[in-house]
Amino acid sequence: MRLSFGQLLARIGFSALAAIIGILFALPLIWFIFAPFNARAELGIAIPDPWTLQNFMTVFGNGFAMRGLLNSLIQSVGGVILVAAAATLAAYALSRSSIPGKSMITYILLLFSSVVSGTAAMVPIFLIVSSVGLMDTHIAVILVFAGGLLPTAMFILRDFIDGIPKTYEESAMVAGASPVQAFFDVALPVIRPGIVVVVVWAFVNIWGSFLIPFILLRSDDLMPSSVAIYSFYSEAGTPIVTLLAAYSLIYSLPVVALYLFVSWKFGFRFFGGIKA
Amino acid sequence: MKKNFSLLSHRAGAAFLAPAAALVGVFVLLPFFWVIFVSFTNRTLLGKTALNPDFVGLANYFQLFDPATFFTRGQFGFSLILTTQFVLLSALVGQALLGLLLAWLMQTIPPALKRIVETAVIAAWILPEVVIGFAWFAFLDYDNGTLNMILRGLGLPAGDFLLQQPFWVIVIFNTWRGAAFSMMLFNSAFASIPPSYFQAADVAGASSWQKFRDIGLPLIRGHVVTDLILITMWTFNVFTPFILTNGGPSYRTELLSIYNYRIAFREFDFGKGAAVGVIIMLINLAFALIYLSFGRKKAKAVQE
Repeated sequence: MRLSFGQLLARIGFSALAAIIGILFALPLIWFIFAPFNARAELGIAIPDPWTLQNFMTVFGNGFAMRGLLNSLIQSVGGVILVAAAATLAAYALSRSSIPGKSMITYILLLFSSVVSGTAAMVPIFLIVSSVGLMDTHIAVILVFAGGLLPTAMFILRDFIDGIPKTYEESAMVAGASPVQAFFDVALPVIRPGIVVVVVWAFVNIWGSFLIPFILLRSDDLMPSSVAIYSFYSEAGTPIVTLLAAYSLIYSLPVVALYLFVSWKFGFRFFGGIKA
Repeated sequence: MKKNFSLLSHRAGAAFLAPAAALVGVFVLLPFFWVIFVSFTNRTLLGKTALNPDFVGLANYFQLFDPATFFTRGQFGFSLILTTQFVLLSALVGQALLGLLLAWLMQTIPPALKRIVETAVIAAWILPEVVIGFAWFAFLDYDNGTLNMILRGLGLPAGDFLLQQPFWVIVIFNTWRGAAFSMMLFNSAFASIPPSYFQAADVAGASSWQKFRDIGLPLIRGHVVTDLILITMWTFNVFTPFILTNGGPSYRTELLSIYNYRIAFREFDFGKGAAVGVIIMLINLAFALIYLSFGRKKAKAVQE
């Protein structure tokens, strides 16, 4: 196809505009490419001289920081297992059984999940957790996230299961399988990609969250990385830049890895509401 | 076999639903009713009224809407107006327009450039909020920050923007942070338009702006409405600016979410905090109902 001069100019203009916007988006993050590897990093951009892993060594030697990563992992994995298991079962029931009021349940779920945000519900969540005596425990954080993320997870999975023909399980049951067998042996393997999406989505959400653990936890040795990162501030409130940079990078890695995994596996075109 | 044969009996279905129902019931439905209840009491975090709160009726609400202090900085009304401006500017104008522009540009630019730009925009969106908060703290630093380095390099005056223009900082920050969602939604919306429409316009010699105005935008109208409602709700509830500004300086960036946190967990006034929560939920409810009724209409249109 031949382009006229004007069209060519427009194309160049579009590319230039896109490039400028891209650069503006990258600007606040460029600092992270250099600072973690610079033993004398400050808040300004500076090419490390020499490049070093010393900051990472200091982080690895900091028990509280490493404990934070472990706590993040405990809370994320715990929350993800609960969300994925409960959402799969529930979505399957909503899709395959003829419980009366199914569409009503879905409607109410969607409504409440968007109305009861963490922001609006921080007081009652605090009070509920404290009245059942779970204040300052991993399990409190896990349960609160599981409850909060479940409606969306169920919705994603229900859509997914609705798209799978019922005939798979029907033929298994004609061949003598019980409904439960049909679920575990026939349906579950087919639903797996949908579950992977929910797992990644829930993990990224819990791993990155700040407000809920910030409110529900008190002890230092339970804090996830998102809260523990504030230990890298001196008593005067000034950040210890070198450690913060290295720790931020380590803490971001799982999220970046999962993003790359999803875009490689599913093609990251569009992903519903990957964020709550 | 009966026509409405279902794979799960009612009993098995109920058993499958039970774990999710329990979790959602306790941590989503119960808080909804509990917060309304607490908002009518003078419950505090500490002290006598922590265990035996009194019923105070609408006192908390009267306090929030007290006309004498309503518009004062650090009070409810100020925070509500600030949040409205924040949503209008950073979500409806910033994220939506920038996302639309990016998605449209993505249709024509070379794939390699597209991938690079997308990576930068999506990185802003997926990284954990505390990391993003710290990145911006470094970016905006007066002495060494990247932004002031660039401004000085261009011969422009440097500024301590977190102190001088905190509101505009969080508006731009939130636009930057969330534009990826709108971009991706509009990207997939544009991708669903048959290419032949645009090819026909090309043959007729239409400019990019004409194609956008007469073909692209009208055909993704439904997606635009979806996007606007979703980002409005998310931005309205966002807590991330707290990490950047702590609500300050002197309450100038205290969004409703941050105001609620301060009242409940710094001033320990749970009753008043709950009343703020109830108002946030009412506003959420209004948006959710609009969204759901819109979705239903669309589903009906598809069925017909």
